[in-house]
Amino acid sequence: MDVAVTVNGVEYERDVEPRKLLIHFIRDDLDLTGSHIGCDTGNCGACSMIVDGLLVKSCMLLAVQADGATIETVEGLAEDGKLTALQQAFSDHHALQCGYCTPGMLMSATALLRENPSPSEREIRKALQGNLCRCTGYWNIFEAVKAAAK
Amino acid sequence: MLLREVEYAKPASVADALATLAEHDGARALAGGQTLINVMKARAASPDVLVDLNGLAELKGIDLAADGTLTIGAMTTYAELIRSAEARARPILGEVCATIADVQVRNRGTLGGNVCANDPTNHLPPLMCAVGAELTIASAAGERTVPAADFFLGVYMTAVGPGELLTRITIPAGKRDGFAAVTLGVDGTCIVNAAASVNGGVRVALGCVDAVPVLVEAASPEEVADAVERAALRPPSDVHASSEYRAHLAQVLATRAAREAAART
Repeated sequence: MDVAVTVNGVEYERDVEPRKLLIHFIRDDLDLTGSHIGCDTGNCGACSMIVDGLLVKSCMLLAVQADGATIETVEGLAEDGKLTALQQAFSDHHALQCGYCTPGMLMSATALLRENPSPSEREIRKALQGNLCRCTGYWNIFEAVKAAAK
Repeated sequence: MLLREVEYAKPASVADALATLAEHDGARALAGGQTLINVMKARAASPDVLVDLNGLAELKGIDLAADGTLTIGAMTTYAELIRSAEARARPILGEVCATIADVQVRNRGTLGGNVCANDPTNHLPPLMCAVGAELTIASAAGERTVPAADFFLGVYMTAVGPGELLTRITIPAGKRDGFAAVTLGVDGTCIVNAAASVNGGVRVALGCVDAVPVLVEAASPEEVADAVERAALRPPSDVHASSEYRAHLAQVLATRAAREAAART
């Protein structure tokens, strides 16, 4: 089936099997490998991306369902090599250890700060509930989000 | 994970969706996909055709009538319900939806999907029973309405038969509701949950203790624990809780939910 999407401002059109998950389409067909596959069971959130303004786990969506959608992935955050305030805060606060969960954490925190630029500690924790860090480095991740918040 | 090969249909209307569902034995409605896509990965479900209900405006929307009755489209997501000003007419709905999984799942997962999946650990089957919801099911033959108490038939089984779709959920006016659960981590899967509603007496629906929600009635919150005991529950045991512990939790959580409901005005 034909699928047309706009990812990080770039339009793509591909012929896709209906059984293909959105994360595989993004990584394998569009070669945007920033979004990770952690668990492939909807638990870990490493594949989180923003589809038509809503944060989703792209392993629980078919690529054909995204036809016509505007998608934002971690590659679209920095502009001309300049990190967003949130990305810079992750760097400044050592908010990553192995880094595997980071793309999903960044997308979830980006979605949070768009909706709620000054979240409380509890709101930050609640917003990142769907993202697991197997290094358990949550403390510095929360610190980074707090620093990036206004 | 690569899913088994599947066809994909994007119907333009409910009538169109019903026709496609009736046409193929192996067709299955795809709501938010937050359960179905995962069970397809595990090959626990292998539909031949997915009928995607996303984008059907007929299945969306929350309407509040003058008498306080809420009518909620089956494809309303948890996030949409949480944000809805109308849905606050029955506050427990948004409160419970806000404790389901996480932001990502709440953005995609739907009320209709939650009740139709009827996983015994889901939040909404007991809640729908406690608040006295009615569920409207459409087929090529027309519509019928089923009370929540008759909707849940077994594990993963509901009154929605082949070739049918849940289209909307109707919830009467009321505010005196409560919900209590013991979960795997904050907002995780329920080990036992209880929804309660006070309307004269107390009606409690218990989840995770049987294939379908167990309804218990009592005159007051103080009498709920005894009523649960009389129900002689024999919940399943698993790695998270023994049958005896679940039966104990059922009494505790039913009482908590009933007290929360009774404390509201």
